[in-house]
Amino acid sequence: MDAKNSILSLRGVKKQYEGAPIPAIEDITLDVGYGEIYGLVGENGAGKSTLIKTIAGAIGLTDGEIIYKGGKLICKSPAEAINKGIGVVYQEFNLFPNLTVYENIFFGIEIKKNGFLDRKQMIRKSQEILRQLGFELDVTKRVSALSPAYQQATEIAKCINHNVELMIMDEPSAPLTEKEVGKMFEVVRKLNQSGVTIIYISHKLNEIFDLTDRISVLRDGHLVHTFRTEEVTEQELIREMVGREITEIYPEKDFRSGEVILKVENLTGAKVHGVSFELKRGEVLGFGGLVGAGRTETMRLLFGADRKTGGTVYINDKKAEIDSPTDAIQNGIGLIPEDRKQQGLVLNKSIFFNCLLPSIGKYSRSGFIRFKEARSDIGKLYDILKVKAVNQGQLVSRLSGGNQQKVVLEKWLLRDCEILILDEPTRGIDVGTKQEIYQLIKDLAAQGKAVIVISSEMPELIGVSHRVIVMHEGKITGELKGDEITQETILTLAS
Amino acid sequence: MRNMKNLKTFFGKYAIYFVLFFEIVFFSIASPYFLSATNFVNVLRQTSIVGIMAVGMAFVILTGGVDLSVGGVTACVGVICAKLMISGWNPVFAILASLAFSALVGIVNAFFSHEFKLNPMIVTLATLQILEGIAYIVTGAIPVYGFTESFKVIGQGHVGSIPIPIIIMIALYVIAYIILKYTKFGQSIYGIGGNEEAVRLTGINIRKNKYSAYVLCSVVTGIAGIILLSRTNTAQPSAGSGYEMDVIAGAVLGGISMSGGEGKITGVFAGVLVMAVLSNGMLMMDVSEYWQWVTKGIVMLAAITYDRILKKG
Repeated sequence: MDAKNSILSLRGVKKQYEGAPIPAIEDITLDVGYGEIYGLVGENGAGKSTLIKTIAGAIGLTDGEIIYKGGKLICKSPAEAINKGIGVVYQEFNLFPNLTVYENIFFGIEIKKNGFLDRKQMIRKSQEILRQLGFELDVTKRVSALSPAYQQATEIAKCINHNVELMIMDEPSAPLTEKEVGKMFEVVRKLNQSGVTIIYISHKLNEIFDLTDRISVLRDGHLVHTFRTEEVTEQELIREMVGREITEIYPEKDFRSGEVILKVENLTGAKVHGVSFELKRGEVLGFGGLVGAGRTETMRLLFGADRKTGGTVYINDKKAEIDSPTDAIQNGIGLIPEDRKQQGLVLNKSIFFNCLLPSIGKYSRSGFIRFKEARSDIGKLYDILKVKAVNQGQLVSRLSGGNQQKVVLEKWLLRDCEILILDEPTRGIDVGTKQEIYQLIKDLAAQGKAVIVISSEMPELIGVSHRVIVMHEGKITGELKGDEITQETILTLAS
Repeated sequence: MRNMKNLKTFFGKYAIYFVLFFEIVFFSIASPYFLSATNFVNVLRQTSIVGIMAVGMAFVILTGGVDLSVGGVTACVGVICAKLMISGWNPVFAILASLAFSALVGIVNAFFSHEFKLNPMIVTLATLQILEGIAYIVTGAIPVYGFTESFKVIGQGHVGSIPIPIIIMIALYVIAYIILKYTKFGQSIYGIGGNEEAVRLTGINIRKNKYSAYVLCSVVTGIAGIILLSRTNTAQPSAGSGYEMDVIAGAVLGGISMSGGEGKITGVFAGVLVMAVLSNGMLMMDVSEYWQWVTKGIVMLAAITYDRILKKG
């Protein structure tokens, strides 16, 4: 491959953020051919997101150049990029949540009739595009009311409507369930067959192997290797990504049953109908099901984040009144939410600040915070979790996804909860960090804590859980133990 | 290259202090009367009312809210305190009663904006109207005066050569600095403004903190109202009108982000001083009041633009 028959070529691209000691990416040279599906892999903080943002015009270059369809590409904004035919489906969606689906799809290229918006036409066309993608939905709904899968479909439809020739997908499968991922793959292949070049970024190597023609590996801001997909194995790829060999992703399970710490009876809320279960000390309890099955909602009720309409919670055999997160935390429950940016972190504050929040009472004497004590405790955890940051004072918004998740974990570890609920704990996180999180879950259980894990990733759910409860439409449809936990049994119960 | 960048962040971080410094240099050259200890004390005394109110405003804006009712609180507190004293109340009790009233206003503001998730700007715009109305109703639009001599001390007295309003102002800034930096309440306020939902999920009581911020803002404004009353020795129902804009301008100029969660109280003090020095300097140069308004507006636009450009890098 050379620059001539490539739709996109990068030559010596470098980006160094202001105040950063080292460049986020450096000396990136690659060519993406017309009609290719090009995979990009790397650990968190390897520079994948930065690389995409430079191509899409979201951030400027420090050095190097980007050639697009034979000419030098200078995009000052994502809007300019999409008009030039480069669309990006970001990890965090780039839609206007308060606008409708069709308004988003037609944003910037609205159809007009006699100077007025032709809404009818736009609605019809939006529906058409989505139907071709295999999605039936009311396009006059606001985007904020949609599930992640539909939001993503909207994002892809927007790209199609803008006639993009190059579509970049950053962790597109992260918010989706297994079934939805299959559907998304079909969409990607269909688009590719119609001539759209695709750059596909994912932590999930099976997806990369399934879809792509070639794969480039980024590590610490450098492009370390480019493979033809059929010429490389998963092991080789992982070795290139992490720079070391990872043999077993999931730590061995060992479960010494303790007494029941949590008993939930008939928990009921807006999307949850009479959920009952028990949790023992030392146990890792998985919650499986499709997106919208009510797993997140169940946990939010349990945590007091949403109002419950019925049900009783017992902790250590005593009835617990949990009406707010404050109550839940006092009862020893911690929740690591699904959406770390919206719910897990105060992004424009430091690592220290975020870690301190749940424990602020613990480190306060008559209202005054004991900074020295807090700093030293947070520092210890920070070392154990191996957070990659300049220091505790660094803003969380400057960290990569995996490191942000570590900060969310750290703040709850500092609180020392007896029951820890992890909702999609490894979403959008690299293999190395994932393994660290699995090990951490195991260690917590071994210490006698009780852990609940919600995951839409089957292998993860199976790999970490001692027991799995499957939900469907707000109700528990079954419970699996030991060898019963397989992809097939979970899927059967989930639908 | 590297040094340039450091220089840029340095200027960005302390932008408001440089503006203040250049203002002082400019007026010192332009007017022979400007640079003197007497005038300096004068500037501080004149700004003490707005300066005090800005302390409370900073707390509310940091939570991601805003309080437009401060002008109404100033007027009402003055009028209520005056009426009580005229009817024979001991000044101390009159002051406490009017401050209790201001606390009630804070509770009302917080109640509507927090419980019903209404936009605080609209809520406090409404309470501003109500309070201004009350001030006129209570007085029948006639100024109230004739207080005891001792009441004058608050607004007109001195400790050594320093006027008491300045001392109260400085004390409040010091207290606010300590609260924001070192206490659970202060840090929670920053968190709530940064990401309310995330903070709620860490178990921090949003309601308690928000009510506290609004009540604090109103009570501190009430203190300013008392000082104003004591200084003018007359309660005017129109006393507070227009203060909200000066107060918000000072806070924002000092780097308090209107979206909440960011800014320092030291910056607020500098922001308030920038506006005060500007007024004083122009007065010395005999600039007409109308031109003063125009200049203030321009300086404010320039300062916040400069701040944004530098911060963006």
